Amino acid sequence: MTLSQLTALLPVIALGALPVVLILAIAIHRGERLTLALTLAGLGLSLCALIPAQRVAPLTVTPLLIIDGPALAFTALAALAGVATALLARAQPSPGGEPPEELYVLVSLAVLGASVLASSRHLTSLFIGLELMSVSLFPLIAYARARPEALEAGIKYLVLSSVATGMLLFGMALLYAGAGALELAAIGQALTQRAGADVWVPGGIALLLAGLSMKLSLVPLHWWTPDVYEGAPPAVTGFLASLAKAAVVVVLLRLLSTSDAGGEMPMLLVLAGFSVLSMLAGNLLALRQRRIARILAYSSIAHMGYLLVAVMAALSGALGVEAVAFYLAAYVVTTLGAFGSLGLSGARALEDLNGLSRRRPWLAAVFTLMLLSLAGIPLTAGFIGKVYLFAAGVDAALWVPVGVLVAASIIGLLYYLRLVFAMYVAPADAVASGPRASSATAAGVTALAGLTLALLWLGTWPAPVIELIRVTVAGSF
Amino acid sequence: MSAIGLTLVLVLGGLLAWLVGRRHAAAARWIALVALAIGAAWLLWLWWQGPAAKVGGSGAPGAATALGGPWLTEISLPWIPRFGIALHLGLDGLSLLFCLLAVLLGLMAVAASWREIQTRAGFFYLNILWVLAGTIGVFTALDLFVLFVFWELMLVPMAFVIGLWGHGDSRRAAIKFFLFTQGSGLLLLVGILILVLGHAAASGDLTFDAPALVGAAAGLDPRLAFWAMLGFFFAFAVKLPMVPLHAWLPDAHSLAPTGGSVLLAGVLLKTGGYALIRFLLPLFPDALALLTPVALALGVVGVVYGAVLAFAQTDIKRLIACSSISQMGYVLIGVFASAGIAGGAALDGAVLLMMAHGVTAAALFMIAGDLRERIHTLSSAEMGGLWGPLPRLSALGLMFAIATLGLPGFGNFAGEILVLIGTFGNHPVTALVALLGLVTSAIYALVLVQRVFHGPPAEPRLGCALHDLGLRESAALGTLALVALGLGLYPQPVLDLTALPLAVLAAQGVAP
Repeated sequence: MTLSQLTALLPVIALGALPVVLILAIAIHRGERLTLALTLAGLGLSLCALIPAQRVAPLTVTPLLIIDGPALAFTALAALAGVATALLARAQPSPGGEPPEELYVLVSLAVLGASVLASSRHLTSLFIGLELMSVSLFPLIAYARARPEALEAGIKYLVLSSVATGMLLFGMALLYAGAGALELAAIGQALTQRAGADVWVPGGIALLLAGLSMKLSLVPLHWWTPDVYEGAPPAVTGFLASLAKAAVVVVLLRLLSTSDAGGEMPMLLVLAGFSVLSMLAGNLLALRQRRIARILAYSSIAHMGYLLVAVMAALSGALGVEAVAFYLAAYVVTTLGAFGSLGLSGARALEDLNGLSRRRPWLAAVFTLMLLSLAGIPLTAGFIGKVYLFAAGVDAALWVPVGVLVAASIIGLLYYLRLVFAMYVAPADAVASGPRASSATAAGVTALAGLTLALLWLGTWPAPVIELIRVTVAGSF
Repeated sequence: MSAIGLTLVLVLGGLLAWLVGRRHAAAARWIALVALAIGAAWLLWLWWQGPAAKVGGSGAPGAATALGGPWLTEISLPWIPRFGIALHLGLDGLSLLFCLLAVLLGLMAVAASWREIQTRAGFFYLNILWVLAGTIGVFTALDLFVLFVFWELMLVPMAFVIGLWGHGDSRRAAIKFFLFTQGSGLLLLVGILILVLGHAAASGDLTFDAPALVGAAAGLDPRLAFWAMLGFFFAFAVKLPMVPLHAWLPDAHSLAPTGGSVLLAGVLLKTGGYALIRFLLPLFPDALALLTPVALALGVVGVVYGAVLAFAQTDIKRLIACSSISQMGYVLIGVFASAGIAGGAALDGAVLLMMAHGVTAAALFMIAGDLRERIHTLSSAEMGGLWGPLPRLSALGLMFAIATLGLPGFGNFAGEILVLIGTFGNHPVTALVALLGLVTSAIYALVLVQRVFHGPPAEPRLGCALHDLGLRESAALGTLALVALGLGLYPQPVLDLTALPLAVLAAQGVAP
């Protein structure tokens, strides 16, 4: 391995060393403050390591990884998401009295997995990254062991994730049989050049897509989502909904863009089908929910549907790639903020939000802003993301998906507004002051303040970020 | 100060009102008043300066561009260069008129809410000022993306005002309002994107700047241009509102607090009309020809249907709301009758009617609010004989009702007659059927007056001591009365102000 390859790999090395350091630190001295500080330092170090890595990019390191613009940009996003998650996890004390330090180990492992996933150019590293992320998420979801729904959520995610992994592996086997190689580029070529009667490669791609769609909780493979999102601690749910999905989207884009057949009708139809179903089902099902985590779960299903429109557009032009990148950034920020505020408010059912604007006006304002961003109201990151989606869709002439996008967005407004208004209504019984919310700790305030600023910045002055995206990402697909 | 400055004053004023209102609730109202007064003063100064005056600094006006008359102030700051989006705001005579209406009615809304809003007053005035900031943004936007941003931005504070301080099931009304407007707003976005991206593909120039896009629709595939135009049209028609898309209006107007109703009827409805004139006419001259018969028909239906709806209401606020549908039908007729005709009376009439309707509808809502404060009901079945105990209120109510029905001497008549004169030339049947509106509006207006102010009192409690209009209420309503009379007796200054912009806009549609 040459020096430049090592330099390119520095962020991954830093992320990989972090869990080891954390485990050793916990063994030496068990204390949440120390662990949090080390986690933040490690993630910050990996962010700094991006600077030398970016100078040697793009570079193929081992046949498994490619360190290019998208990989580095995503690693930055992952590290920042890890920071936010760690801070938010610190702000929400675990109810069952479990030791809190291991959560940070698991989060840093998940960030490592996401980074590897986004840098993969080979089915093996795809599998490694995906599994590393998923396996770290199993105990994260079930972290509040004392609560039965947490264990149930963890087991559900374990079983369904294993099913997805099984499909993925079977798909990889079929692809190897058909293409003779495991690199994504080779798969893409085999897909482009396949003979008409070939069954291995299309079958393999179908299973691969099915496995990845389950991770993205696209309809009809979304059944695990509401229960898991509700059972997991809100900080973990935010991470699961945002970064775990974003990493899979990046690898999906890599996979689809290696093949010319990506833009062909069968693939477009499949993607369009997933997209339309997710947009409609996600929004319609959310209307019936009374528990906030479930509403947000269905909302995130719908948002993945929206994102697929940009992925479809990305197959035929660079505007779609920019749209995917910006939307991912906006989506990660918004989702972390939404679940973070939910966690800090301590609310579980819709009625628990009543009176929040009086008890915790700033928290209510932040949550309102996050919900408005999910709805796509101007001055928020979600608005620019939505404009990007529409622009990419119109540019690629994807009329049916764009039409469904309009209809689905309108349906979505119903429950976002319901959530927003719930915060400004007085509680039904004036005696109870609402569920026990965690007090405003420094960690929570920092995380939410940072996320809100990022949201407003992306929404009102997106030009620098757009330029960054064009420079790093748009050329590579 | 420029157009951005005006918006900033309102936004910052709103924030200040909220922050101060957390500790001293009464101070919030004064802050709102001051912010609006600053805005009004600047706008009046601009009018007095006149279009002949060259305003220096970043607002150096150009000659008439494709999108309007001589600009009193114009500013363009790059915002998202990747898409050719700039913060391009400008005020010409047409925008100035609408901004003046917005600020005037903002002052009225604050005056009307002075006693009515007790809970969370600071947050209420924040929302009021931010609604106005959004509408001023719409009235001054010259970049399509900026238009869309402000179009959506108007919604959230207005939805809060309706939902949080409204009466009855106002949350549902707020959500309905939001859904209709936001949904049609997304159609506007699709239309904008089709136009912009099509123009970029044809000419290689990616820009959202509206004046630069004026000839763009001609370079598009005609079917695409038609759909883009429909996207624009739906968004503006929902706001207007045009009859099949009006379902949000009665609930939103009647359940909102008085200040909210004043802004809804007086200002937000006008954004639809303004946008039709400013953007739809010049940008899609060819595609409009296909839509004109349908739009004229729907306008006429709106006039008559709105009046019939109004007549059937027992809730007086709903009656006034339905009368708005009827009056805005005339505006739709006026706009589409002038599509493709240079220099017609119809467009002038539409603008004048929008001003007059804004003033009279706002006044009627304020009177309804004053009535609710005193007798705690809005049902006309429980009213009657109020002239006795409330002579000043009743007199003003009669006056504004008569203005609404179109009595000469008031701005509503001047606007309606200009619309009808302008329409008769090319669309005589439409004008004749729309004439019916003059009869139907007389019916509901006089029925309103008769049921509320005349006749025997329906309830014995109405005879007990009721205090008539105080100083604040009289001053507010008196100002509106003077404006309504002024528009009716001497509308020439208003017509002069908007003559050049309207001529430019109407001329875009004329086939060369």
